[in-house]
Amino acid sequence: MFSWLEKNPFFFTIAFLLVFSVAGIVEVLPDFTKSARPIEGLRPYSVLETAGKQVYIKEGCYACHSQLIRPFQAEVDRYGAYSLSGEYAYDRPFLWGSKRTGPDLHRVGDSRSTDWHSNHMWDPESVVPGSIMPAYKHLYKKNADFETAYAEAFTQKQVFNVPYDIEDGIKLGNMDEARKIYIQEAAQIVEDMKNADVKAAFEKGEVQEIVALIAYLNSLGQGRIAK
Amino acid sequence: MQQEAKMPVEYDYSIAKLFLYSMLIFGFIGMLIGVVLALQLAFPSLNYLAGEYSIFGRLRPLHTNGVIYGFTLSGIWAAWYYLGQRVLKITYYQHPFLKFIGLLHFWTYIALLVLAVISLFAGFTQSKEYAELIWPLDLLVVVVWVLWGISMFGSMGVRREQTIYISLWYFIATFTAIAVLYIFNNLAIPTYFIAQTGSIWHSISMYAGSNDAMVQWWWGHNAVAFVFTSGIIGIIYYFLPKESGQPIFSYKLTLFSFWSLMFVYIWAGGHHLIFSTVPDWIQTLASVFSVILILPSWGTAINMLLTMRGQWYQLKESPLIKFLVLASTFYMLATLEGSIQSIKSVNALAHFTDWIIGHVHDGVLGWVGFTIIAASYHMIPRIFKKEIYSKKIIEMQFWIMTIGIVLYFSSMWIAGITQGMMWRDVDMYGNLTYQFIDTVTKLHPYYVIRGVGGLMYLVGFIMFIYNVLMSIIASKPLQREPNYATPMAA
Repeated sequence: MFSWLEKNPFFFTIAFLLVFSVAGIVEVLPDFTKSARPIEGLRPYSVLETAGKQVYIKEGCYACHSQLIRPFQAEVDRYGAYSLSGEYAYDRPFLWGSKRTGPDLHRVGDSRSTDWHSNHMWDPESVVPGSIMPAYKHLYKKNADFETAYAEAFTQKQVFNVPYDIEDGIKLGNMDEARKIYIQEAAQIVEDMKNADVKAAFEKGEVQEIVALIAYLNSLGQGRIAK
Repeated sequence: MQQEAKMPVEYDYSIAKLFLYSMLIFGFIGMLIGVVLALQLAFPSLNYLAGEYSIFGRLRPLHTNGVIYGFTLSGIWAAWYYLGQRVLKITYYQHPFLKFIGLLHFWTYIALLVLAVISLFAGFTQSKEYAELIWPLDLLVVVVWVLWGISMFGSMGVRREQTIYISLWYFIATFTAIAVLYIFNNLAIPTYFIAQTGSIWHSISMYAGSNDAMVQWWWGHNAVAFVFTSGIIGIIYYFLPKESGQPIFSYKLTLFSFWSLMFVYIWAGGHHLIFSTVPDWIQTLASVFSVILILPSWGTAINMLLTMRGQWYQLKESPLIKFLVLASTFYMLATLEGSIQSIKSVNALAHFTDWIIGHVHDGVLGWVGFTIIAASYHMIPRIFKKEIYSKKIIEMQFWIMTIGIVLYFSSMWIAGITQGMMWRDVDMYGNLTYQFIDTVTKLHPYYVIRGVGGLMYLVGFIMFIYNVLMSIIASKPLQREPNYATPMAA
């Protein structure tokens, strides 16, 4: 059979596809619907948090920070309760990372304050002496992208039935409504920050990338699960 | 008919040449960025070489994409456009359509790489590892891939040699598997088309959370399988027997290792998700299959090494044989290491640490890099009809690079295991012994050593580029094509 296949590239390719497909069918498919289910009470990201998540992705934060706490005593002690599949149901893409050059961030919102993040991103060594993380000063100068974040949240709702605009849930609304909420949420973050430029920009109605990023980081943890 | 049956006199290497050049350029860029990244971890102030555009998080995808898709794929395609004609007994001189497709393939690919570099620098990314490119570029990837498919299957369609040579089995596998995996992993919805607002480049994945992770590592691990492994095996299966003048040791072993590699490799992708939130049975399957993966991997490597049986003196005479034999050895090392890291208890320690980085680089620097370098040195005299400019440079390059790799993996092993041990260490009361930052500062010396190792490899690569260019420009012309050992000046 093999010598026949080696003379027929077409059937060779078919044979290859058959052999190759087994694993995907067995491993990936059966659990698909189950894994997509959110845990009870999980709320989707707000538009500001979504904008922050986009900053997180743009700057490649996932290259050094995982968002997956493994079920070991040491990890639970260090980072908080271990991660559950249903917590990631609204994460497109997933952001587990593959390398920890810095600590895990899956529950960082439970243990760090806005002010801490603000200092940390401006000058990491000011809060963690010896840190090898670069500073992200440019995030204090650029505006976060409201429109793209809104588009992402809207797509989540529209295409994937993510529960925005439900009773007691996160409100998305139309763009104007969403912008209002976006500014309100940003106001809380800005208030807790000390950076004068960010405050000045916010006075002018601008929301800087750092504000969105901090909103996202604050959301990582128990805060996203309704009590 | 008489005319038809005659062998083509002259092969057309114009496309192979182009891919050789891009292999040199993107190899240099990819490795240079790699060295910068390595040094940034040791000396963080290097993050600000070019403001926000040179911060680690932005450069890292450039490094991986540059090496995987710039360097390695160029190497694989240079080899395809060189050996494809030879093993199928065709020449592009007689098939202008295939030549046109090949050229189109190359230039679309270059356009893609340029766009990839620009967009990644600017921070446009999907964040899925080795699938970072934004959706319009993903579509361009598909075009490039289809063009390769047309070239490959088109060439097979007009072939004069009935049997498809082993190298092409592996190339077919690379082509087909990457096509399937890439498409499924990159299925995404551009948000602009749904919401009519925001950036047109932005999209979100079709899958969420654990599902996305499954699909991503089914892809991510098998990008290694079907670019770094099957593509490179395809290369070595042609160039080792050619350079050494020895037939492949065993056809049966070839068959066994090919078909079992194709079956087993995909199962192993889940080992990136051990102790994650995917179901236990998937983790266990992935772990078990990762250990089984040793058999086909070592099958290939042993087949290569035994091809040299009775011919070990060639190691002393030919630096190219040295490269190829060490490449096979590194392949054995890297696959053994990978299997060990997939055992659950080891994975608990190794995952998320630099040991994994070390493992990847054993494979890429030793196996992939060395195979492509040796293949290029073999091709150049035959393509340009010049002998290799300097054997001495190859020898020096070999040793500098080898020492570089040893420094690289040994420092990363120590760094990874150290960090893993420190993360889990508790005192007599059960409290964590170390702050996270302690586990970072501890690694500084190893990061420096890794930087030095990477730099040595880069220096070796620059010597390689120099030697290639000098061979083309200033070397002695060859009267006729050498059969086996590549001719080189002292």
